[in-house]
Amino acid sequence: MTATATPLNPAAGTRHGSSIGQPLTRRDGPLKVTGQARFSADNLPPGTLHAALCVARIAKGRVTGLNRSAAEAHPGVVAVMTPENAPKLAQDPDAKAGPFIFRLDLLQNDRVRYANQPIAVVIAETLEAATEGARLLAPTYATETPRIGLDAGDVFTPDSVGVGAAPSESDGDVEAGLAAASRTIAATYETPAQYHNAMEPHAALAQWDGDRLTLHMPTQGLAISQGRLAGLFGIKPDDIHIESPYLGGGFGSKGVPSGPQVLACMAAKLVGRPVKLVPTRSQMYGPMGHRGPTRQTLRLGTDAAGKLTALDHHILTASSSFDDFFEPAGRATSTLYASPAIAIRHEAVRLDTGTPLFMRAPGEATGSVALESALDEMAHELGMDPLEFRLANYAEVEPITGKPFSSKALRECYRRGAEAFGWAGRPLQPRQTRDKDGFLVGIGMGTATFPALIFEGMARAEIRADGTGTVELGAIDMGQGAWTALAQIAADGLGIGMEALTFRMGSSDQPNAGIAGGSGHTATAGNAIHAAAGDVIAQLAKLATDDPASPLYGAGNAGVTAAGGRLTRQDDSSRSESFADILKRAGRASIEGQGEADADPAAQKSYAMHAHGAVFAEVKVDPDLGQIRVSRLVGAFAAGRVINPRLVQSQYYGGMIWGLSFALHERAEMDPRTGRFLNDNLAEYHLPVNADIPAMEAILVHEEDSVVNALGVKGVGEIGITGTVGAIANAVWHATGVRVREMPITLDKLLG
Amino acid sequence: MIPAPGLAGGGAPAICNGSSLCQPGPSMHIPLRLTLNGQAREIVLDDPRVTLLDLLRERLGLTGAKKGCDRGQCGACTVLVDGRRINACLTLAVSLDGAEILTIEGLAEGDRLHPVQAAFIAHDGFQCGFCTPGQIMSAVGLIREGQAGTDPERIREGMSGNLCRCGAYAGILDAVQEASRPTGQVEQREDAA
Repeated sequence: MTATATPLNPAAGTRHGSSIGQPLTRRDGPLKVTGQARFSADNLPPGTLHAALCVARIAKGRVTGLNRSAAEAHPGVVAVMTPENAPKLAQDPDAKAGPFIFRLDLLQNDRVRYANQPIAVVIAETLEAATEGARLLAPTYATETPRIGLDAGDVFTPDSVGVGAAPSESDGDVEAGLAAASRTIAATYETPAQYHNAMEPHAALAQWDGDRLTLHMPTQGLAISQGRLAGLFGIKPDDIHIESPYLGGGFGSKGVPSGPQVLACMAAKLVGRPVKLVPTRSQMYGPMGHRGPTRQTLRLGTDAAGKLTALDHHILTASSSFDDFFEPAGRATSTLYASPAIAIRHEAVRLDTGTPLFMRAPGEATGSVALESALDEMAHELGMDPLEFRLANYAEVEPITGKPFSSKALRECYRRGAEAFGWAGRPLQPRQTRDKDGFLVGIGMGTATFPALIFEGMARAEIRADGTGTVELGAIDMGQGAWTALAQIAADGLGIGMEALTFRMGSSDQPNAGIAGGSGHTATAGNAIHAAAGDVIAQLAKLATDDPASPLYGAGNAGVTAAGGRLTRQDDSSRSESFADILKRAGRASIEGQGEADADPAAQKSYAMHAHGAVFAEVKVDPDLGQIRVSRLVGAFAAGRVINPRLVQSQYYGGMIWGLSFALHERAEMDPRTGRFLNDNLAEYHLPVNADIPAMEAILVHEEDSVVNALGVKGVGEIGITGTVGAIANAVWHATGVRVREMPITLDKLLG
Repeated sequence: MIPAPGLAGGGAPAICNGSSLCQPGPSMHIPLRLTLNGQAREIVLDDPRVTLLDLLRERLGLTGAKKGCDRGQCGACTVLVDGRRINACLTLAVSLDGAEILTIEGLAEGDRLHPVQAAFIAHDGFQCGFCTPGQIMSAVGLIREGQAGTDPERIREGMSGNLCRCGAYAGILDAVQEASRPTGQVEQREDAA
């Protein structure tokens, strides 16, 4: 269990010249299409035991009994871990030491705080025996009445929303703006609890060697995981080795270690052997986070010309009874449209559910549904084209803060998207168009936005005397394409071809590359790589330009460029020298460098930094049955520099499909009396299948940004959802004349 | 302990009469003959509850097929049994005596990828890659069934037993269409946009 992440065969991406900007195929592709990519649960070191969870069938109360002897008597069962014998932890798992510490249920007491909370772990020689052992525990409970649904709790104002954001923001006088408006609307929208449902469960394979822990575990944050586990077990972060070369999706749910993953570590400690614990799909509905439900009320006022005079956004959301994560649904409202008065206010209730967590576009996805629907409703009220209405309220500077945008090609997104989609000539009134089969046809649009984030990250780089190079950092590929895009940045940074690059990532032994989240990983890891490679090149340049024997002598660090494994004088391209020759003459086997990335406080203070986009949707609705099909989706997005257009297009498609799923499919259903799930499985929690997906187009709009970070990269992983939900909701209204304000839009709501 | 695979078992399958000998474990011997990725295999199971998926993943080291739901709802475990695509998680291994099984590990010929595998790379038919072995085996099955041809609607329908949460459906459709073309040969592209 000490092997580092499998180095990839770079042959799939061999090219010459600049790698950034090339649509290379995925470097991990050959491993993934042949079944050789080793995900966490694919490991099975000798002597591994299998563990199965027993989870609570109530949402609130206490466990009063477990039939431990029945489980222990089952052939193959090695141990049953309950609060009676679970290893004691060095730290209370309910202690909050930072914004990325979430409270965990780790068998330290008999309390049940939500349905599907782990209440015991059965460890056995085989998976079958562990599974049967967990069933035999047949728990009994003292049950209390759970609080379920947004109307169940007492409303309060949380201290912060999202990760440390203020619960309220405002500028100007909204009530005065509404009073002065020539037209006003007010509408309330609801979004349900949603579950990440990454295809790969939150597996963990844990092995202890004394006080050293080795873990195969999918995580979006290696250092965060190390820190959390180190605290709980009272050991040093450096004594925790985590391998996470491939994630089968994360979407935020693997941003912090989940309770069951820590339980695997505890189980391995208890039995003194490696333990593999893979939760079942239904066991992921509870302890792995979810998108909290929202009820949002928008009040808009405009003057006669269609300029906003007031924009008021009130959000009611929910966290768990015992921890804080409040869906920051007002975020899009604070950045998208110009208005002299804007007010955003979050309130919340506490429910007997697992704690919500960041889920792909947390806040922006939910908030943009309400905002984009309300914009559409107001455009109709004014008799204006919805795109024209948005352009009339285009924010030239960021509302509320008044900061200029570091770049904002949203007008171009509107133009290119509308043109590709064929928006012009859309009837203003709904229910005007039918296709040849008699289906009602409607089109709608929405604006997309997501902040351009960057976190702390580090990387290490090396050039060797044979002209090859290595870059390594603890970056994470959860499907976005880090194995490929970051390698492209590494190759360009070192000035070598992809074939000469060894690129390693996905292990906690490597420099901390920050969390793969917030659409900020390419910016974070990419800029750290860029800096580390720059450090190597600067050292190499110093060696050469200080050396009278070099053709580069006297050029200075800034006087040379690195490409193709050579340094070349900027003022005379005929004078160059290979990295290999420079190192050999200096008697050096290699040169190593390091680099860091982090947010630039000066830029943050002076500029608003966001990616933008415009999404256009066409839907067809059966006039008799209400069945809704999305028939076309076009998105145009501007997100700074594109490292790999093939992968970026896939990210946009994925985001747009999440938007479609939000609009028409996803909803976690709970029994309000028991707090148990009615659909904690992949058959009844509806996700789109291939047949639900229409013809799609994602347009990559050119945008240069010299402020956002050295590479000019914004994020692309989450923005695709944000405009899409509203675009589809608006298209359904345009097709039918029925405005559905409760997501997902299902046929019963059209027929009702 | 996990039984060593590939050993021929002795004796007939145990018939349960309620005694401890009928409990899963070392005393239980269920012989099973399979053709697995073209190779004849004789396996002795000590437990009748083992699914084909868990046999492959936890006992035979073939971890390409993935467990996303264990309920036949996601398709990540799709393999071909006697040429038909099935959910390995819903199939008890003991029911497969004499069957021919093809998994993702048996698809490529040496270093030469199967046309469907190559097309998935060329068309970016995956992101995280977790559902991919199931998607590819499902596509291979669909093409063999001859049901879909290159008709996009029929391919979408025929591939709808395989969930992809990343949303790579457009690339999957393009890949299956390309691999469905009569020539079946896919150019190994690096840079086609």
